[in-house]
Amino acid sequence: MIFADPFFWEVVISGLLAGVMYALVALGFVLIFKASGIFNFAQGVMALFAALTLVGGLDGQLPFAHLINWVLGTEWHHWYDPPADEEGAPLWFVLLCISLTTAGMIGLAWVVVRVVFQPLVNQPPIILFMATIGLAFVLEGLGDLMWGANVKVLDVGLPNGPSDTIIDATGMFVEKLEISAAIIAVILVTALTMFSQYTKMGRALRAVADDHQAALSVGISLETVWWVVWSVAGIVALVAGIMWGAKSGVQFSLSLIALKALPVLMLGGFTSIPGAIVGGLIIGMGEKLFDFYIGVPYLAGATENWFAYVLALAFLLFRPQGLFGERIIERV
Amino acid sequence: MLYREAGEFKTTYQADLATFPISFDRWAFWIATAFAFLVVPWFLDDYWSEAVFLPFFVYAMAALGLNILTGYCGQVSLGTGGFMAVGAYASYKLMTGVPWLDMASITILSGLIAAGVGIVFGLPSLRIKGFYLAVATLAAQFFLIWMFNKWGWFYNYSASGQISAPERTMFGLAITGAETNPAVTYLFALGFLFVFAWVARNLVRGRIGRSWMAIRDMDIAAEIIGVNPLLSKLSAFAVSSFYIGMAGALYFAVWKGAAEGTEAFPINVSFNVLFMIIIGGLGSILGSLVGAAFITLLPVFFKVALVEGMGWPTDIAQHIQVILIGGIIIGFLIAEPHGIAALWRTAKEKLRLWPFPH
Repeated sequence: MIFADPFFWEVVISGLLAGVMYALVALGFVLIFKASGIFNFAQGVMALFAALTLVGGLDGQLPFAHLINWVLGTEWHHWYDPPADEEGAPLWFVLLCISLTTAGMIGLAWVVVRVVFQPLVNQPPIILFMATIGLAFVLEGLGDLMWGANVKVLDVGLPNGPSDTIIDATGMFVEKLEISAAIIAVILVTALTMFSQYTKMGRALRAVADDHQAALSVGISLETVWWVVWSVAGIVALVAGIMWGAKSGVQFSLSLIALKALPVLMLGGFTSIPGAIVGGLIIGMGEKLFDFYIGVPYLAGATENWFAYVLALAFLLFRPQGLFGERIIERV
Repeated sequence: MLYREAGEFKTTYQADLATFPISFDRWAFWIATAFAFLVVPWFLDDYWSEAVFLPFFVYAMAALGLNILTGYCGQVSLGTGGFMAVGAYASYKLMTGVPWLDMASITILSGLIAAGVGIVFGLPSLRIKGFYLAVATLAAQFFLIWMFNKWGWFYNYSASGQISAPERTMFGLAITGAETNPAVTYLFALGFLFVFAWVARNLVRGRIGRSWMAIRDMDIAAEIIGVNPLLSKLSAFAVSSFYIGMAGALYFAVWKGAAEGTEAFPINVSFNVLFMIIIGGLGSILGSLVGAAFITLLPVFFKVALVEGMGWPTDIAQHIQVILIGGIIIGFLIAEPHGIAALWRTAKEKLRLWPFPH
């Protein structure tokens, strides 16, 4: 019996936890898509950029060091020595860096909305989508130019390694980091739901998501709402960047997880926050199970590359708006 | 002054529907074509052929294909890289399996195979629309690349997993392989681009092209007035994949000579081709060509200008180039969302009146 197999449960749990990581990225997409109809391809690069900035701050790196050194002929690399005790950076310093990075992401959101999306109001969705790809290029280049293109280690003091208690109790191998990711995701989703249900700004956000023009006519500032949405998406990107960065190092491939978030979105529906979570869990679990039971034994392995897309595709054939998406009504 | 419709009398329907209704345009087009076919080959060296012209021809072909699907039929696709890979691997299998075929037949057959694969991956478009479809085409991209990497039959079980083109000829001249003359490969690729751009131009203004545009503008309305959505969408996928597959075959066999699935046809290729048609102009044949020229030549230009011209370190120049390309794309979208082709149309309107304002 397949369910009695401890491997099965280990694969399921590691898949679910990987799914949480996908869902973290997918959340940022959903927020922006709901509020502005923009399919933000740059979400993954935003996560990378946020993580790079955080690492840069933690290491005390001088931004644009390469460029400055080349122009001025100097040899600067750091502008301060980060404080450290035997455990790595102390907590207050980590928190300081995180809040500075958050401020940076909010500033970035303002620039993006003002410079890129204000002039593009009322353009068709494909144009906005292409603009976000352009934005992804700019952020990618900027991140490399500011902080250097090498792989960096991100250590914000999250627990690492397999959890001993779970191994002792059940014999299963579960990463502590992924458990903390799941906890953080729960906190994040709760906070986002509270924000959008119980605050004035949250109500404005939902109004804009419902109908731009009606929201404008009752005096909601579209610009402010978009800025807030992009800031929140930036913060979600920072969280995703921290988790993925702590898991596999901060490097360019981080921006590609955005692509993995897309089937998650298709499955859950582009406009639904619970959809992003459920979609993430299904995809994470599905691809692990498929690779374990079918991919490795019968196909050539590494099916994780495409399984998520094919699953989402097959699913959409039966339900074109995704699991929780709004019903598509078409009129002539 | 020069650019005038005055004195152009159209006496037949053919003249009325001509692609270049103004004789100045017609002359400029034929002179440019003659220049490209007859003069340029004499002055080509390997650098110009490999770094400038072949990339442009290959990507122009791919952009034509994607523009048929996205620009004319309105189905956004991110699977271009995958379909190019189909063309490349099909041409490799044909070259090694059927050695007596000449290169032109190989290229066209590879296109046809890609068209078949395109129809299969186009089937979901009957149910799925918009961004959902775009993401669904990613399935094609990732699945196809994975298949070409993992299944040994496709690369003839070579140890490196690479495919490399053996020598194939046309009219006794080597088109692929190590011993090629830059002028020959240039003329081969240019000839393909010229013929198939002409075919595309005539497809899109014929019955089939009009059915694509009807589907693009509003598929339900098109269905009501009697356009068959199944046939239109699948034919758009087939024709588009045919072009993209030929581009893949040219890329692998004529331009690079060797390829490795993941490195040669990553998802970035799909995005680049999408950039080309958006910058050039959705739903415009001229736009596909201009966009392809723009996106393939910009990095070459930056490399020459920044690294060789101004002596910048390579890595800084590389990063700044990425930023600049992103910035230029955003700038273009803000300035003219309908692409360079729309700018060109406006310029022509202005030229007609110049120097008088009315």
